[in-house]
Amino acid sequence: MRKAELSMAIIMALFSIYLMWKSTELPIGWIPEEGPGGGAFSFWLSAGMLVCCIAMIVRWARRISPPSQSEEPFMDRETFSIFLTVAGSLAVMIALIHLIGVYFSVPLFMLFYMRYLGQHSWTLILPLVVATPIVTFLFFEMALKKTLPKGFTEPLFYPIYDLIY
Amino acid sequence: MRKLSRALFSVAIATGIGISTSVVSEQAQAGWAPKKPVEFVIMAGKGGGADRLARFIQGIIEKNKLSPKPFVPMNKGGGSGGEALQYLKAKKGDNHIIMATLNSYYTTPIRQPGLGVDIGTFTPIARMAEDTFQLWVHADTNINSVDDYVKAVKKAGKKWKMGGTGKGAEDSLVTAMLEKKFGFKVTYVPYKGGGKVAKELIGKHINSTVNNPSEQVGFWDAGKSRPLASFTPKGKLKGKWGKIPTFEELGHGKNMVYYMQRSVVAPGGMSDDARDFYTSVFEKVYRSDDWQNYLVKKGLIPGWLTGDKLQKYFLAERAKHKKLLGK
Amino acid sequence: MEIIGHLLDGFLISFEPLNLGLVIFGAAVGLFIGAMPGLGSVNGVAILLPMTFLVPPTSAVIFLGAIYYGAMYGGAISSIMLGIPGASTAVATTFDGRPMAMSGKADKALVAAAAASFVGGTISVVLFTAFAPPLAEVALAFGPPEEFALMMLAFATFIGLGGDDIPKTLFSIMIGLVLSAVGLDIVSGEPRLIFLDLPGFMHGVNFLVLAIGIYGIGEMLWTVELSKGKVMISQATVTVRRVLDTLKELLGTWKTMFMGSFLGYFVGILPAAGATPGSLMAYGVAKTAAKDPESYGKGNINGVVAPEAANNAASTGSMLPMLTLGIPGSPTTAILLGGMVIWGLEPGPLLFVEHTEFVWGLIASLYSANLFSLLINIAFIPAFIWVLKLPFTVLAPVIFILCVIGGYVPTMDMHDVWLMFVFGVVGYLMRKLDYPLAPAVLAIVLGPLAERSLRQSLIGSQGDVLTFFERPISGTILIVAILLFVLPAIKLFRTRVTTDGGRS
Repeated sequence: MRKAELSMAIIMALFSIYLMWKSTELPIGWIPEEGPGGGAFSFWLSAGMLVCCIAMIVRWARRISPPSQSEEPFMDRETFSIFLTVAGSLAVMIALIHLIGVYFSVPLFMLFYMRYLGQHSWTLILPLVVATPIVTFLFFEMALKKTLPKGFTEPLFYPIYDLIY
Repeated sequence: MRKLSRALFSVAIATGIGISTSVVSEQAQAGWAPKKPVEFVIMAGKGGGADRLARFIQGIIEKNKLSPKPFVPMNKGGGSGGEALQYLKAKKGDNHIIMATLNSYYTTPIRQPGLGVDIGTFTPIARMAEDTFQLWVHADTNINSVDDYVKAVKKAGKKWKMGGTGKGAEDSLVTAMLEKKFGFKVTYVPYKGGGKVAKELIGKHINSTVNNPSEQVGFWDAGKSRPLASFTPKGKLKGKWGKIPTFEELGHGKNMVYYMQRSVVAPGGMSDDARDFYTSVFEKVYRSDDWQNYLVKKGLIPGWLTGDKLQKYFLAERAKHKKLLGK
Repeated sequence: MEIIGHLLDGFLISFEPLNLGLVIFGAAVGLFIGAMPGLGSVNGVAILLPMTFLVPPTSAVIFLGAIYYGAMYGGAISSIMLGIPGASTAVATTFDGRPMAMSGKADKALVAAAAASFVGGTISVVLFTAFAPPLAEVALAFGPPEEFALMMLAFATFIGLGGDDIPKTLFSIMIGLVLSAVGLDIVSGEPRLIFLDLPGFMHGVNFLVLAIGIYGIGEMLWTVELSKGKVMISQATVTVRRVLDTLKELLGTWKTMFMGSFLGYFVGILPAAGATPGSLMAYGVAKTAAKDPESYGKGNINGVVAPEAANNAASTGSMLPMLTLGIPGSPTTAILLGGMVIWGLEPGPLLFVEHTEFVWGLIASLYSANLFSLLINIAFIPAFIWVLKLPFTVLAPVIFILCVIGGYVPTMDMHDVWLMFVFGVVGYLMRKLDYPLAPAVLAIVLGPLAERSLRQSLIGSQGDVLTFFERPISGTILIVAILLFVLPAIKLFRTRVTTDGGRS
C-alpha cells in the first residue's frame, strides 16, 4: 500500500507537469483589459494539482494518510489476477469492436465472462448471449436510430436495414 | 375514435414497430440509394443555429420520406468544427456520410493549419441558403440609425461591448468590418452561441450584436431589440427583413456585406451516383414549401448552388476569408 | 384569474385521448431511456423529434415534454441501482442512493426518488404557472458576472462532499476542472489541451465519459474485487408494506423536499445553469443544514430526496427561458426549441401572447406527465429490484456492455470509449488509495461554465475584478459563497485550537 500511494502521487505529479507544459500553448498570464489568457485556467490548476501531489508525498513520508500507514499489499495476487482478467477482457472487447463490431464482440465478452468467471450453466448463458445483441440492436438502431460500430461485419446488416426502415 | 387510432398509429411509428408502413415509396427509382443509415455530421454543437437548421432539414427529409434510410444527425462541433473536418477527411470514399457546414468550413482550416484539411478535396453537394447578419441594439436605447450608433460607440470607446460568438468566428469578422469602416474600437465579448448573444443584448449585459435574423426575430417582434442595418446587398432580403436598410443604401459602400453560408458537403472520393442521390434529396428539400417559408420568415437568402459551381464558390470564399483573417 | 382559465383550457387539451396517450407513452419511453447509462432526456427528445410530424404541434410538444419528464425520473434509477449517473443531473442522487441500494434498501431509495421528483415537479409547475413572465426578467438579469457568482456558490455548497484527506480532495476538484478545459478555448477560439494531437480531444472530455468511467467501470472493478469473482447476490425486496412505510418516512423529509424544489426551480430558470448545479446545491444545502451531516453519503434518505426534488424542479424551470426568451437552459431544451421552430412556433416573449393554447397545453401536460411518470416508475420498481437480484457474474458483463455502449452513443466516437476505460481503471486504482472522485465529476460539469463566465465578465469590465461586487445580484451571491467557503475553515480552525489547547 505504501509503495502504491507513493507511486500514484509521483505519477500524478508528472501528469500535472505535463498538463502545465501543455497549457502553455496558450497564454497563461493576465492579459490587460481582458483577464486571464486561454491557458491560465488549466495552467494554474495543474500547478495546484502539483502542489497537492507534493503535499501527498510529504504526508506519505510522515505517514499521515491512512494508505501510507497500511502495511497491507495494494493488491494481493488473487485480486490482481481478477483485476487483470476483468479489465483485460474489457479492453479486448473494446478493441474487437473496431474489428468485428459491437454485435459480435459483445456476445464473445459475455460468453467469456459468464462461463469463465461465473461458471454458469450453458442453459443460462446461451439465451443471454443471443438475446443481448438482438435487444441492443432493436433498442439502439431501430428505436433510437443510433448506429453502433460494426467493423467489417457491416454488410451483414444491410438486409436488416432494408427490412426495418 | 379516429383520434385514438391516430395516437396508436403514431405511437407505433415512434417505437419503430410500424416498420413496413414507411418503407421506400417514391425512392424506388433506379440509381444509387443508401444501404444503411446516413451519418449527417453537423459542424457545430447541439442547440446552435447550424444544429437547429440541420435538424430542420432532417425533419423535412423524414416528413416527406425523401430517403429510404434515415439521416442520423451527429454533432461534431469540437475545435470550431475541426473535429468534423478531420472526420470527413478520414472517411474518404464513404458514401454514407454527409456534413452540414457553416462558415467555419473555410475559416477553421485557415486558422488551424495543423488539421491538414483541404476543403478542395471534399465533394460539394448543395448550398441551401445564405444566412444574413444585421446590426442590433436594445430597443430602449435612443440609437435609431447607423449614424447614431457610430456616434454612441465613439463616445463610449472601449466601454462599448459588442457581443458575439468566439474570436475568429463570423461575428468577430463582421465586428472587425465595422471597426475598420467607421474607425472605432469596441470590446468584443465572446459567448457560446448566437442565441446566448441575443439574450445578453436583451438583458443589457452588452450594447450591440451582429446576430443572424433567426436569433433576434423573437425579441424584435416583441419590441425588445432594433435592427439598424443589414450586411446584405440591397434588394436581396424580402418581407419585413427587406425593410431594414442595408449599409449600401445608407451610403457606406458595397463592401459592407457578409453572409453565413448553409451548405451540405460529403467526403472526397464519394461515388458519382451517391453524390447525385444526395443532391437530388437536397434539391427536393430546397424546393419544399417548408424550406421556402422558413427562408422568408428567418431572413435567409435563397441560393441554390451545386456541383462545380458550389466548389468554385467555396474556394473563392476561402480566398476571401484568408484575407479577412489576415493570413 | 385569467391564468387559471388558461390552465383549465390547457388541461382539457392535455386530456384529449391522443394527448393523454402520448403523455403516458412518452413518460414510459423516457423512463427507460433515462435509466440507461449514457442516454438521457436529450437523446430521447432528439431522436423522437422527427417522428412528431405525425401529430399537431401541441401534441408533439406534449409528447416530448413527457419523454423529458420520464427521463428525469429514469436518471435516478441507474444512479441508485447501478451507481452510474445516466446524466449529470443525477450525479448527486448516487451519493446516498447507491449506499441505500447496497444495504438492501434499493426499493426505499427508488420510492423516495420518485416521490421527491413528483413533489419537485409539482411545486415547480405551480411556480411556473404563477410567475412565468416576471421570472423571465430574473433570467434576463443574469449576465456573466452573475453566472460566475452562481458557480462559486455551487462550488461552495459541495465543498463538504470530499473525503477527509484535504490534498486528495483538492487534487480531485482540480483535475476535474483541468479536464473540463480540454477542447476549445471559446474566448480566443483556439484549441487547447489536445493531448497527443488526438482529434477525439477536440470535443473536450465529455462529462458522461468521466462519470461512466468512474462510476460504471471503476465501481464494477471495485465490486468485482470485493466479490472475488464469486456469485454475489444483493439483498433487495419490495412489498406494498415497505413502500407505504417509505412514504410515511418521506413525510418527515418535507422540509428537504421543499428546499430542493424551490432551489432547483430558481437555479433551473437561469439560462446557463440548468438542472445539474441545482441538484448539487440542493444536496449541499441539505447536508449543511442537517443535524446529522455525517450520515450523508452513507444512505440518508434526505440525500436522495434533495437532489431529486431539485433536478425535476429545475427541468421545469429550464423550460422558462426557452419559452420566454428562446434561450435553452439545457441541451434538451435546445432540441425542444429546435422542434418548436420546425412546428412553426416562435419561442420568445410573444409566445405566451400569440400561442396561449400551445403554452398552457404544455404546462398542463407537464402536470400530467409528472403524475404518470410517478405511477409508471413505482409500477416498475419490482422489475428493477428483480434485476438487482441476478447473480453478479450475470449482471456484471451486462453492466460493462451498457457502459461501453453508453460511452459511445453521446458522441458516436470510439475515442470516448477508450478514454472511459482509462478513467475507469485509473479511477479504480485511485479509489483504492482513498482519493475521493465525486468532486472531479462535479468539477467537470461546472468548470466550463465557471471559466467562461469569469473571462466574459473580465473582458466586459476590461479586466476590472471589482465588477463582481459592484453588481447587486452577483455581489450578494458571491458574498454568500465566500461565507460558505470560510465557515467550515473557521469551524475547523476552532476545533483544532480547542483540541490542541486541550492537549497542551
